[in-house]
This record gives sequence, structure tokens and C-alpha cells, in this order.
Amino acid sequence: MAEIALRDIRKSYGPTEVIHGVSADIADGELIVIVGPSGCGKSTLLRMVAGLETVTAGSIAIGGRVVNDLEPRERDIAMVFQNYALYPHMSVFDNMAYGLKIAGISKSDIAAKVNDAARMLELEPYLARKPRQLSGGQRQRVAMGRAIVRSPSAFLFDEPLSNLDAKLRVQMRLEIKALQRKLGVTSLYVTHDQVEAMTLADRMIVMNEGVAEQIGTPLEVYNNPATTFVAGFIGSPPMNFLDAERLRSVLARQGPNRLDRAVTIGIRPEHVERTTVGNGLLDATVAFIEALGAETLLHLKTDAGETVVVRSANPEETVRPGERIGLKAVPDHLFAYDADGRRVASED
Amino acid sequence: MSGMVEKKGWRRVALHAGIITGIAIVCFPIYVAFVASTVTQGDLVRPPMPLLPGPHLIENYTRAIFQGYGTPVWRMLWNSLVMALGITVGKIAISIVSAYAIVYFRFPFRMFFFWMIFLTLMLPVEVRIVPTYAVAADLSLLNSYTGLILPLIASATATFLFRQLFLTIPDELVEAARIDGAGPIRFFRDILLPMSRTNIAALFVILFIYGWNQYLWPLLITTDADMNTIVMGIKHMLPTGDQTVEWPVIMATALLAMLPPVAVVLFMQRLFVKGLVESEK
Repeated sequence: MAEIALRDIRKSYGPTEVIHGVSADIADGELIVIVGPSGCGKSTLLRMVAGLETVTAGSIAIGGRVVNDLEPRERDIAMVFQNYALYPHMSVFDNMAYGLKIAGISKSDIAAKVNDAARMLELEPYLARKPRQLSGGQRQRVAMGRAIVRSPSAFLFDEPLSNLDAKLRVQMRLEIKALQRKLGVTSLYVTHDQVEAMTLADRMIVMNEGVAEQIGTPLEVYNNPATTFVAGFIGSPPMNFLDAERLRSVLARQGPNRLDRAVTIGIRPEHVERTTVGNGLLDATVAFIEALGAETLLHLKTDAGETVVVRSANPEETVRPGERIGLKAVPDHLFAYDADGRRVASED
Repeated sequence: MSGMVEKKGWRRVALHAGIITGIAIVCFPIYVAFVASTVTQGDLVRPPMPLLPGPHLIENYTRAIFQGYGTPVWRMLWNSLVMALGITVGKIAISIVSAYAIVYFRFPFRMFFFWMIFLTLMLPVEVRIVPTYAVAADLSLLNSYTGLILPLIASATATFLFRQLFLTIPDELVEAARIDGAGPIRFFRDILLPMSRTNIAALFVILFIYGWNQYLWPLLITTDADMNTIVMGIKHMLPTGDQTVEWPVIMATALLAMLPPVAVVLFMQRLFVKGLVESEK
């Protein structure tokens, strides 16, 4: 059990800096998800915490102890890898026991710990098998078992569900969440999947190009995305972005305006409503319609060629492709961003 | 696939006939050698040559093993065994360790050393035999097992083979071991060695036969008859000039010389196949 503190972490490969100063405080027992597109530096950040990559600048503290120069095994962490990284020649039992064996723990203690973990993960019938005799989900459980038996200060997950099929992924996601709750171990979880991030995280760190764009609870991030990147990355379908210039006159008509400095206006698909032509923010033509059962997504094209997605709760939309409709925004759900993609603070 | 194998009756017969003919052609000389080792010299030199085993098997083999020509065959078999095992074990040990160093450690001139090892592929024993002999003589390794084994131990091929194998082991596995707390030696012993089992078995077969069949180097380095290996021993038995020789004893020696490599192949083949079936990543 421990808190993790990241202080202005930087990483360079030769002259290229790939992580540009990330700071975060992770509370004891918290599950933090680091989410971002591939190449954003999220895995590198995790590997620095694990001790598999050196830290170029900044400091990492686990449980109040700066671990920058410690070997992975001295950091009291356990890691779950994307490809499970099980030892192919060892049985499930030996895979889970290996770390304990090296730590010099007695045989009977090892057996007790491994059996406990196996019971928790429903792996008991498979203890004598080799990894290749297990399914993907079972292998991932073994990898988690290997992490659990060591009762570390922190769990590090590096995209642990990416190799599983969609259905299993949802199931394992819930299992990881339940397990983490139960054990109360501080966890860092890296993923590129925003749904995974939203559902698992106590708080999430949204990363882009080596920068932590926003840190907050999933709903905070969803409801108040700090940058256009975060707004576009979190949420499916993503937020609609419209050129602020063309909307300015319409917005001015609607009353006091705090969007003066805005360059881009963002609206979530569920915050766009239909109205009659000429009466809303703008008019658009229906391009195509996706009926998902519980809801319907309307894909529209504005006259300026921007794409707007509207989420409609009505499962039986009556509009047809080619039809022109007016669009208005739910009040207070317009997000204003400046030229750098940063949120324009409201000036009420 | 099975359609290709399941042929009509006559085709199967023809295929089998072909295989049997091939095997017969390969085996016939060995059979003749065996027959020759069971008869007397008199039977052998009198035409027609006997094609059925005679009654002198035990007598001929006993003579070969305990008497031979100059050196008894058991002594030469022993020398060969020590040399072949020494070369095999030494080559595997050295090459797996150097491959480990080259793949997993960052040290100055790493690639330079790798290419140096690789370059020795171009310099087999025969090419460097004179300087090697000079060095061995200076170190007074003549007529010793060390002298027989040591110069043949370095192996670029095996190093390269292990290197390629290690490169296929995923990085995540190495990292998992690091997080589990395995240091370099533990990682090598607990993870790398067991994962290389199959390759070690295959190399053992190949290198044992390579070592067993060494001729030129033992011929140079050993002058003492007690240090002769079996392969050079057979050559020594062959008649020079008008000397008469006991062909049955020579044939018995030749067959005895074949046994250890055959045994290694048969024994290791089982391990080898087991390794192939059991281990995959």
C-alpha cells in the first residue's frame, strides 16, 4: 500500500524528448488510468515507474521513497504485461511462485500464497498446466496472479486486455476493477481504450505527445475537457468541433457572449438538438444514419463541410439522408477553445 | 494432405520398393563390414567373398577391443569419447554464454566482438592448423585431452544459433523476470537455459558427431599411441606396403567406431522430438 508521486518526469532518447514533464499524485489505493493514443508516451511513463526505463529528469516516489535509481525488484511493484509474459516452460504454479522463490520465501508460505491467489482468480484447476494449455483470459489471470502473490505496494498494468476478444475484455475489465477494490492496492493502468479508461479509473491521466493534457475523474474529464485533444479523445462518438467565427453572429443573438476569444466551439453529440431549418445555430444535411437500437446516431454535413454527429435517443428517427435540418445546442454545453486548443475560461 | 499419401495399391508398392532399394544400397557396405568382422582372415581373402555372418564374432571383437594394432580399441574409443564429449559440452557452454552476453548486455565493442566471432566461421581448423599447432605445442598441450579439445571448442555457428534463438524471446519476458527479481545469472539459469533445451539437444547431436569424426587435428596433436582417437586409429590399421593385416579385426574396429555416434543420435532424437513437441512460445 503506497501513494505514488510523479514530479516533472521527463524522458529523452538521445536528443529527442518524448515525455515533457509529467506530474501526478496518486493516492494510496487509487486506480489511475493513463490513457492516450499510441505513441503518446503512456507506456514509457509506466515503464519508468516500473524501473524498466531510466528517468531522464524528475523524480518518482513510491510510498514516499524516491525510486529513480532502484532496480525494478527493489521498487516493490508488480506488473502485468500486454502479452502476459508468462514463462512458457513453467507451470502456472511456478509462474506465480517464481518471484517469491527468488525473494527467498519458504516453500510452505509460497504454496499458501499461490493457492490463495489461485482461489481468488479461479485458477485452482489449472495450477499444474503450462501457459500454452490455457486460453487468453486464463493466461491474463495467471499474469495477475503473479502480481498479486507478491503483495506489492503498487500494480502496474500495461494494456493488459488488448490481446483479448471484445467480450472477454469487458468481463476481465470488471474482474480487474473488483480485484483492485478488494485488495486496495494503488494501481497504474495504461490503455489506449477510452471506454476502459472511463469504466476503470478512479482518476485518469489523458496523455498526448508526451504531455499530460488533463488529470481528473472520468466524469470531470468528460464533462469539462481541458483541451480539444481531450474532448476529441474521450467520448464516443467524439465531440463535434465547429469553427467559432461562423457561429459568432448566431451566438451573439442568443445573449451575453463568453465565447469571444474562442476559435473552436465543441459540442458533444448528445448536446445537439434538432430544430427547424434556420432556427438553430446552423443548418446541416443528413449524410447517413446509424440506428444502434437504444439510440440513433445522425451524421450530418454542415454547409462549410464540417461533420457533426448527433446522438438521438429516439430509436426510430424519421429523418432521411439528404434532408436538411436545423441544429441547436443544449445551453451551457458549448465548450470554447482557443487557437492552441485550450479551454477558454468562462468570464461570468 | 492425406490424399497425397494414400495412393492406390500398386503405387504404394512401388514407393516402398524404391525406399527399400535406397536403404539397401546405403546399408549394404555396413552389412559387408559386419560379415567381414565375423569370419577369419582366411575366409575373407578366399573368393567368393562371404555374404553370410560366420562364427568368429566374439573372437574378432575381443581381439579388437583388448589388443587391436598397437593400441587396444577400448583405449581409442575412450579417447574419442572424451574428446567428442569435451568438444560438444565445451562448444555448447561457451557459445550459449557468449550469445547471452552479446544479446543481453551492453558493453563496449559489442558488435565488434560479435563480428569477430562471426568471422571465425571463415577460418575452420584446417586453415589455422599450423599456428594453432604452434600455440598448442608452446603450451605443452601435445598428447593431452586438453590439447585435443580446447582448440576445437570455439564455435561461431553455435553462438550464432543461440543468438538467433535469444532474439526471438520476447522482451516482455525478460522484463517480467527483472520485475520478479531475477538477476542476470538467475535469468540465464531459470529462463534462458530451459527455453533453449531443444536447441541444446540438436546441437549436442551435431557437435558430438563433429567431434567424434575429427581426424586431422588428433593426427597432429597426438604422437603417443595411447592418445590416439578411434578415427585416426582405423587409418593406422590400414596396410601400408606389403604388410598383411587382419581385415576382420579392422572391420570390427570400424563397426565399434560407429556405435557411439549412432547411440547419441538414437538417444538424443527422443529428447529432441520431445523438446520440439513440448516447448513453444
